Amino acid sequence: MLTAVKTKKQMKQEYTITVYTENQVGLVNRIAIIFSRRKINIESLNTSPTESENVHRFTIVVIETEDVVKKLCRQIEKQVEVLKAYYNTNDEIVWQEMGLFKVPTDVIAAKVKVERLLHEYGARAIAIRKDYIVFETTGHSEEIERLIKALEPYGLIEFVRSARIAIIKSSKGFHEKLIEYEKQTADALVENEYLDKQEEVFTM
Amino acid sequence: MQVEELVEEKTATKRTENISGSVAVLEALIAENVQTIFGYPGGAIMPIYDALYDYNDKLEHILVRHEQGAIHAAQGFARTSGKVGVVFATSGPGATNLVTGLADAMIDSTPLVCITGQVFAHLLGTDAFQETDVINITTPVTKWNYQVTDANEIPHVLAKAFHIAGTGRPGPVLIDITKNAQLQKFDYSGYIKCNHIRSYRPKPIVRKEYIEQAAAIINNAKKPFVIFGQGVILGKAEKEFKRFIEKGGLPAAWTIMGMSAIPTDHPLGVGMLGMHGNYGPNVLTNECDALIAVGMRFDDRVTGRLDKYAKQAQIIHLDIDPAEIDKNVKTTVPVWGDCKETLPLLTQLIEEKQHTEWLNKFKAYSQKEMDIVIQHELNPSSDVMTMGEVINTINELTNGDAIIVTDVGQHQMVACRYAKMNHSKSNITSGGLGTMGFALPAAIGAKYGDPQRTVIAVIGDGGVQMTIQELGTIMQFNVDVKILILNNEFLGMVRQWQQLFHEKRYSFVNITSPNFVQVAKGYGIAGNSINKRADLKNALQTMLQHNGSYLLEVMVGKENNVFPMVPQGRGVAEIVLSKEEI
Ligand SMILES: Cc1ncc(C[n+]2csc(CCOP(=O)(O)OP(=O)(O)O)c2C)c(N)n1
Repeated sequence: MLTAVKTKKQMKQEYTITVYTENQVGLVNRIAIIFSRRKINIESLNTSPTESENVHRFTIVVIETEDVVKKLCRQIEKQVEVLKAYYNTNDEIVWQEMGLFKVPTDVIAAKVKVERLLHEYGARAIAIRKDYIVFETTGHSEEIERLIKALEPYGLIEFVRSARIAIIKSSKGFHEKLIEYEKQTADALVENEYLDKQEEVFTM
Repeated sequence: MQVEELVEEKTATKRTENISGSVAVLEALIAENVQTIFGYPGGAIMPIYDALYDYNDKLEHILVRHEQGAIHAAQGFARTSGKVGVVFATSGPGATNLVTGLADAMIDSTPLVCITGQVFAHLLGTDAFQETDVINITTPVTKWNYQVTDANEIPHVLAKAFHIAGTGRPGPVLIDITKNAQLQKFDYSGYIKCNHIRSYRPKPIVRKEYIEQAAAIINNAKKPFVIFGQGVILGKAEKEFKRFIEKGGLPAAWTIMGMSAIPTDHPLGVGMLGMHGNYGPNVLTNECDALIAVGMRFDDRVTGRLDKYAKQAQIIHLDIDPAEIDKNVKTTVPVWGDCKETLPLLTQLIEEKQHTEWLNKFKAYSQKEMDIVIQHELNPSSDVMTMGEVINTINELTNGDAIIVTDVGQHQMVACRYAKMNHSKSNITSGGLGTMGFALPAAIGAKYGDPQRTVIAVIGDGGVQMTIQELGTIMQFNVDVKILILNNEFLGMVRQWQQLFHEKRYSFVNITSPNFVQVAKGYGIAGNSINKRADLKNALQTMLQHNGSYLLEVMVGKENNVFPMVPQGRGVAEIVLSKEEI
């Protein structure tokens, strides 16, 4: 059991880091350099508003070991305007990415196969012009990549894939936490994950 | 930027005044109880300097000779006063000259507020004259930075700046203010200090469970060993720390940054950790059964090879910064929190003990170090003086009451190894960044930070030439600092490594110096240079008794080495006492 924990910790895998922040100019840079300073590649980065006014959300994907990701999150949380950083493995989140594909209109018209293909992947046309049609699809990165591969032989003009957006399955949203943070006694809120994972910590 | 973040401390005056952004900056400084500013003017900060003209009676501005000098001086000030140091610089080159000091303050957790001028907001991004992207250049080396483009922001941004710089784990903050914001008149309704920012939690809550677990480990330990850093000084917890080690009878060693938090001759003080630290604390790190780290961050110069570091021990880490826990060394019990709060809680739960036998072990190692290293350093058989005997003579003459500011290199290691210090905040050095050129300007600031005490800057012949222009500041403001140059006619520390690890291939470490006494004289500073042991005591005495600043150059052995040493890449227990052992 213990060795299993260890190897899992040392294994590089995809982690999704969710960061709640104040809405402030320059914060993207402050967060990004935490990764670049350690020569860690950001696989994808998305920023968006959240359910709480004035709170922004970063969704960052990296391929790293848990040990490294945990330290990254601590460094991120250390930034003055960061409210909280979480990290999760793929099984702990629901996530999606989006792809846009520009395909020549005449190809679609001529080849039923292409239309069927797009249909199969749940792509829908969002812009139709004489010379090209833009399709949109959402899914996990592998699904989108598979569609790209499938479309390549048919004169795919261009494509773009979005960053990952993710929702943590167990999250209750950020409202409550924010209310606590706004109180003067917010000091009490620095979480100490050792308490929850004591056994693991003390047997290591 | 949210105004709601600010919580009123005192009711601000209701009436509003129409003042300029520049005046608001100075009012903020006064409200924050700032008396001394280190700075250098220029185009983009001229409105603030213009306002300063009328604040001469309330704010003292020290005109340095280079902005790096300003920020190191502010660091020295912060370190001896325990307050936030303040710096003014102009845009572009003025601001970029601060970068080394910011990095130094960041890694050594020194509270600073640096205010830089910036070009007019409408010129941002146009490559205007003296425009530099200061915010982005300084992001990695500031705890927080912010660009102000509207005067209305100034009061609460500065309040935030002082709050962030001085609380939690302190650090440098930079506020870049565009020229239009400095000139802009706005309705000012008073300055309200900041004491809460919702996304910033400077003090983790103390969890009793961990205090209890830590106490249990300490109470069960046969060979407990405390290692402490600057956290004790920054947390103003010197008394609490002393009570803690005294109750538990716990031997304690300091990092270079923690030095002077307890008197260096405290019976439980077993010396300095690190690459050139003392023998016992390094070796016994790998023999203790409980390692209690207080306000220190396990720097690689302290730990040596991590996979050979204290593997046998249970490790308790007291730190205010959660990111430090487990960063380098895996902790058994993390005690997050301000050590001013956690230490008394821990002291309450530990048993009164004396670990005489264990303490004797430290003494035995200390004796060996004395025989093999120290004795020869302090009583050399040759005519050539050693750095150690110079420091030792200072101890005799000052009785350990002086503030010692060191630069970087062999003299720094020797000074920290041999200096006697009776009071906290006596050791001012660039520990984390190792910035040559730090000492002369930092000594200026150190004197302003604690004017009652003697300030001695111990500097190498190399480092002094990096910021020697600050002699001008010393001259103009009559700053009473004693400048002691230990001249070995080499970039000594690099030469030592070339000798030990690069087959004595002395590549560009031979450095010639000007006639330092003449240079000082040019600045109206009295001075002397000696090369004979017979003159040492008198020369130092003259320096110390001189009314005002004084420069003394002492010629020391050219190729002396600092030992003991933990060679890079080795474990702490593999510390060597002489070059024969390498
Ligand atoms: C700004 C800077 N440049 C280079 C170094 C590398 N360095 C560390 S010690 C040292 C030699 C210092 O020589 P000196 O000032 O004469 O002091 P000594 O070691 O001889 O006492 C050098 C070059 C440094 N620490 N800082």
